[in-house]
Amino acid sequence: MSAASLPAVGQTVVYRKRRNVELAMVLLACTLGLGGWLLTEINLHGHAPTSWMRVSALWIGMAVACHLVVRWRLPYADPLILPCVIALNGLGLAMIHRIDLIPSPPRDDAVMQFVWTGLGMLLFAAVALFVRDPRRLQRFPYLLFIAGVGLLLLPLVPGLGVSTLGANIWIRIGPMSFQPSEVAKILLAFAFAAYLVDKREVLALSGFRLGPIQFPRLRDLGPIALMWVACMLVLVFQNDLGTALLFFGLFVIMLYVATERPGWPIVGAALMAVGGWGAYLFTRHVRVRVSSWLHPFENYDQNLQVISGQFGMAWGGLTGRGWGLGRPGLTPLAKSDFISAAIGEEVGLFGLVAVVMLYAYIVARGLRMALASHDPYLKLLACGLSFTFALQVFAIIGGVTRLLPLTGLTTPFMSQGGSSMIANWTIIGVMLVISHHARRPMVATARLDEPTATDLRLDETHVITAKPVPAGGVTA
Amino acid sequence: MNGPIRKVAVLAAVMIFALLANLTYAAVVRYPDLNGDVRNRRVRDAEFARDRGAILIGNTPLAQSKATNGRFRYQRSYTQPELYASVTGWYSYDFGSSGLELNYTRQLAGTDDSQAIDRLIATLSGRQPKGASITSTIDPRAQQAAFDGLAGRKGAVVALDYETGAVLANVSLPSYDPNLLATNDLSRAKTSWDSLVKDPDGPLKNRASKEIYPPGSVFKLVTASAAIERLNLTPSSKIASRRALALPQSSTVLTNEIDCGNATVSLEQALMNSCNTAFAQLGLDTGDQALRDQAEKFGFNTEVTTDVPWATSRFPDKTDRAQLALSAIGQYDVAASPLQMAMVASAIANDGKLMEPYLVSDVRAPNLQLVSSHHPTAIGQVMKPETAQMMQQMMVRVVEGGTGTRAQVSGLVIGGKTGTAQSDPARPPYAWFVAFSEDPKVAVAVFIEEAGIERSDIAGGRLAGPIAAQVIQALR
Repeated sequence: MSAASLPAVGQTVVYRKRRNVELAMVLLACTLGLGGWLLTEINLHGHAPTSWMRVSALWIGMAVACHLVVRWRLPYADPLILPCVIALNGLGLAMIHRIDLIPSPPRDDAVMQFVWTGLGMLLFAAVALFVRDPRRLQRFPYLLFIAGVGLLLLPLVPGLGVSTLGANIWIRIGPMSFQPSEVAKILLAFAFAAYLVDKREVLALSGFRLGPIQFPRLRDLGPIALMWVACMLVLVFQNDLGTALLFFGLFVIMLYVATERPGWPIVGAALMAVGGWGAYLFTRHVRVRVSSWLHPFENYDQNLQVISGQFGMAWGGLTGRGWGLGRPGLTPLAKSDFISAAIGEEVGLFGLVAVVMLYAYIVARGLRMALASHDPYLKLLACGLSFTFALQVFAIIGGVTRLLPLTGLTTPFMSQGGSSMIANWTIIGVMLVISHHARRPMVATARLDEPTATDLRLDETHVITAKPVPAGGVTA
Repeated sequence: MNGPIRKVAVLAAVMIFALLANLTYAAVVRYPDLNGDVRNRRVRDAEFARDRGAILIGNTPLAQSKATNGRFRYQRSYTQPELYASVTGWYSYDFGSSGLELNYTRQLAGTDDSQAIDRLIATLSGRQPKGASITSTIDPRAQQAAFDGLAGRKGAVVALDYETGAVLANVSLPSYDPNLLATNDLSRAKTSWDSLVKDPDGPLKNRASKEIYPPGSVFKLVTASAAIERLNLTPSSKIASRRALALPQSSTVLTNEIDCGNATVSLEQALMNSCNTAFAQLGLDTGDQALRDQAEKFGFNTEVTTDVPWATSRFPDKTDRAQLALSAIGQYDVAASPLQMAMVASAIANDGKLMEPYLVSDVRAPNLQLVSSHHPTAIGQVMKPETAQMMQQMMVRVVEGGTGTRAQVSGLVIGGKTGTAQSDPARPPYAWFVAFSEDPKVAVAVFIEEAGIERSDIAGGRLAGPIAAQVIQALR
């Protein structure tokens, strides 16, 4: 498409809905999880379970229900995000069920995870149904910020917090345990977006220049300093390197996108380096993680988990041992932190790469909707949520595969854990709402926020113009 | 904001790319090492549970894998375990393997490169891959005769077909039951291992070829061969034979066990009566380098390519005159395995041509197709054929009327050489006998570690000679 065929002012840009594509892809995605589950059962027991019809119908039903909600309320939303999520969620459920079968008697964690998935889908549907105008979330930045930071630090409250494997990132109320940082992630993304959209001019325009880069004024460093302190608290008192990095990264990136000043990420990276170095020097936890990353075999017992995960993936090789035929149970926490190692072991390098690509696809679609959005707040929010998603996948899969030190982040939609599941489904809901807003038909104007020619070109297969169609007009 | 969003997208792409690149790097560089690591239980368990091929003599299995319902799918089991332990070796979960189980583990497991196509077909057709079987060269009659001949005494017997190098008998006593180590009951295997390792008699030692001992007078065969080649002697050549030989630069005085006169004897007489002083002088006359060269041609100080478990026999690197004199009669630092001494006899019997010893004649795929078979290979011509014939003639005289009369078998032409060797004054001496027969074409070395005899060659011949005779007799 050439720039000449861009819609003129006054034309209406109508994106293709592609809802049938989504339906087909959702059905295809369902087969991945179901296939994993059935292969596991057949490989281990020699036959498919008697309930296979019911379970398949239930899973496909749930997935199609999500699709129908999108079709009804968000018809212009991106058609490929939901199928990717269904595929990842299904694979995760199948793998948790597979690992359930290892101990004798078998456990039924997958059932609980299935319930959480259902709750997550309900929240997803609720967001799709009730958040008609996502810009309304912009109203309460400080409230959201306080709630978010409060949740983040909640595990430090005596009596509530539970320490699991050295990290205090859980709270326990009665029989229920919960990882509040997952919810805090959403709240803080909203709060940052609202705050930064409000203040971006101030943050962007004033400051001093050092060479080609403009740096912020010292007094504007307040918010980033506050965020840094909060993250350092998480790191030091909750022993959670991953969460600290995730939130700080989220904030810095959003700050950069809002202000368009590369000085911010430079300051942020410097702060992160200082914090990380300090943590390395002063906390045993971080030192252990770094040594188990660089030299796992120097302390076999301490680094058993990392080593066993490596052994498993090596044994899986390129194509994997097959569902049910590997031994992921030898790795501690195979269902949660190390679920990607279990995928690598049973579905092989190819399977794990495919999973990474599914995540990459979600991130790519999310960033594309950020580009296509018209509203700065939604732009920022979409960009922040997508980038957090990328950062989280990078950190946890990178940690498991020894690209990075291991951090205790969850593998979105796959690892066992309810809080992560419902939080991520909610995020997907918000992303689809934003996507719907970005792509719904609207009259092309010459507004400042209008997508530039290049942005539209990115989405050229999806854009058509309607009434009036110029000769040689844009078709998909 | 689109500019920064694009940069964020590039950053996300770089992170995903880093994950994929790291996975690829791991698969290419790290996986092979991880799979080779003995601590990788997945690989070890899979190996142990494999349907390994059988070790056969003719059509009789010595070792085979039998299907079980236990923890592992197959159980290795050995028929006639004690008789053949030094051939098959053991195959265990925790304690490695030895013997043919070790040297042919890839073929037996079916993981050898030559079986790649079988493996691929098995994988594609959903069959469990099965290992190849190997056929040993051992002659059960010779093996049994050697085992019975040793009659429970600590020692070893090796018999070689000197025209091909095929190992016809390979016995090491005390023996052990490899079934005890191969058992799937890992705690019982551990108990067995501990008691075998603690056993002061060292039953796990392969005395036939993995241990080296001072050869004593049997080494005079090497000295005589070197002297004939170097000094152009014949059996009737007169050589100096003092009653006592004061070793140069030393206070040691060497004497003879049998009276060899105090002037000169023929070379043949010296060998028949195993005159120490004559051979020590002969060694001094031949020279350090010529003697070492001759020993190395026979296989001393050399890593011979063979599938027989191999311990390199030793002729010292540098000797002074006294050490040379002692080395010439197989004392000082000279040490040889029974296999090595059988190779000395076989090279002499085969007119100077030393054949590479081998234990496995055929490797056959599960469908009985030949994967590989051994072609008799010469290591080299270790002496002139005429020298070898002179040596044969003298060895025959040893059995006819010298120290080796106990090895006579009526109707057969047998040549031999006796030996006793003192390893430590506090220990009883080692008794040796090496022999060959013209028909059947076999070279035998008998070694008795704890003979409980007085220190004379006649005694060595008396104990070890009949065993050699029995082995030769069994092959008629």
